[in-house]
Amino acid sequence: MTEPVVWPLWGMILACGAATYVWRLLGVLLAGRLNPQSPAFEWVSCVAYALVAGLIARIMVLPTGLMAHTALTDRLLACVVAWAAYRIVGRNMFVALVSGLVVFMAAAYWRGIWPS
Amino acid sequence: MRALDQQALKLGIMEALGVPAAVLGAGFLGYGSLVADAGYSVWMMLMATFAIWALPGQLVLLEMASGGAALTATVFAVSLSAARFLPMTLTLMVWMRERSGGRRLWHFLVAAQLVSMTTWAVAMQRFSDPHPQTATEHALRTDIAARWYYFVGFSTLCISAAAICGVIGVLFIGALPPLARFGLALLTPLYFFVTLVGEARSRMQVLALLGGAISALVLQTLSSNWSLLGAGLIGGTIAWWWRKPATLKATDPQQSDAQQLDPQNSGHPESSQHTKAAP
Repeated sequence: MTEPVVWPLWGMILACGAATYVWRLLGVLLAGRLNPQSPAFEWVSCVAYALVAGLIARIMVLPTGLMAHTALTDRLLACVVAWAAYRIVGRNMFVALVSGLVVFMAAAYWRGIWPS
Repeated sequence: MRALDQQALKLGIMEALGVPAAVLGAGFLGYGSLVADAGYSVWMMLMATFAIWALPGQLVLLEMASGGAALTATVFAVSLSAARFLPMTLTLMVWMRERSGGRRLWHFLVAAQLVSMTTWAVAMQRFSDPHPQTATEHALRTDIAARWYYFVGFSTLCISAAAICGVIGVLFIGALPPLARFGLALLTPLYFFVTLVGEARSRMQVLALLGGAISALVLQTLSSNWSLLGAGLIGGTIAWWWRKPATLKATDPQQSDAQQLDPQNSGHPESSQHTKAAP
């Protein structure tokens, strides 16, 4: 098995920044030229949403690092509580996040799960 | 700079100082703690924040870099997670430029780097606010140049708040008790979860979120490097295929004029109204 070429982290960061900016640049150049109601535009939106949803699902269900020490049930419970609070209390992000965090931390405390 | 532009700039800064900066700041506090957890320096965190300025992309980069993924796979995954910036930037620029041009191109290229989920959602809502309260707010409805200053003021404050909180997160969050660190680690994904799922309205959007989440979890068991990319393409395409055909009927010739487009009704999933009260 060959060792992959390891790029310096700053090089990776700049490459990722440039890769992100390509989409922003295309947005500027296409502004007014692409019909935002065309199927192609909808497809790009769908892919974008699916990507972000996939990222969140992965962090919530199959986390690495610190989050891996917490229980799946607690993380999902926090999501449900935060979402419910957001819908009930007039789309208030503060209330939603605080509710989710309080439930999550209370559950983690109750389980007595601590990182090593 | 006209007096109106100054007022618009000031309004942007003042509005960012409330909920938007606090939510972003909290998110970046959590991001900073994740960066410290992965063992990276505060400079790398700042570089990623200014170069990428998209928390999902920064999280992908952090996770893949700390997992030792190849450069090509990382750049592809980050780039695809940022694909939403194409429709976001496009729809926002429509509000800030005249069809004939007017403002110089580099102004838009700078503004494009400042677009994020938060700044985009608030600016779109403000520019299309049907009930402006003050003269400056009214100007944002009618004056294209003032909108640019508003957006730059708003976004600059947001990115500054994010950077400062990110630094605090990297340097000091490790000193917090484990329970608090759990909370902050959860905050960022929770914020995006509530933003996306809480604001999901159209069937297409719900399908895309569900498709992406399920595909990512299934693909994760096959290849962790390419699971996000695959989830976006597979989940997104399935959602696009199954979307309600009714979204297409709005395509009539008059609506294709970009200046007449009402972004709130354009069928764009992210044109939801964050700051509006529930009906």
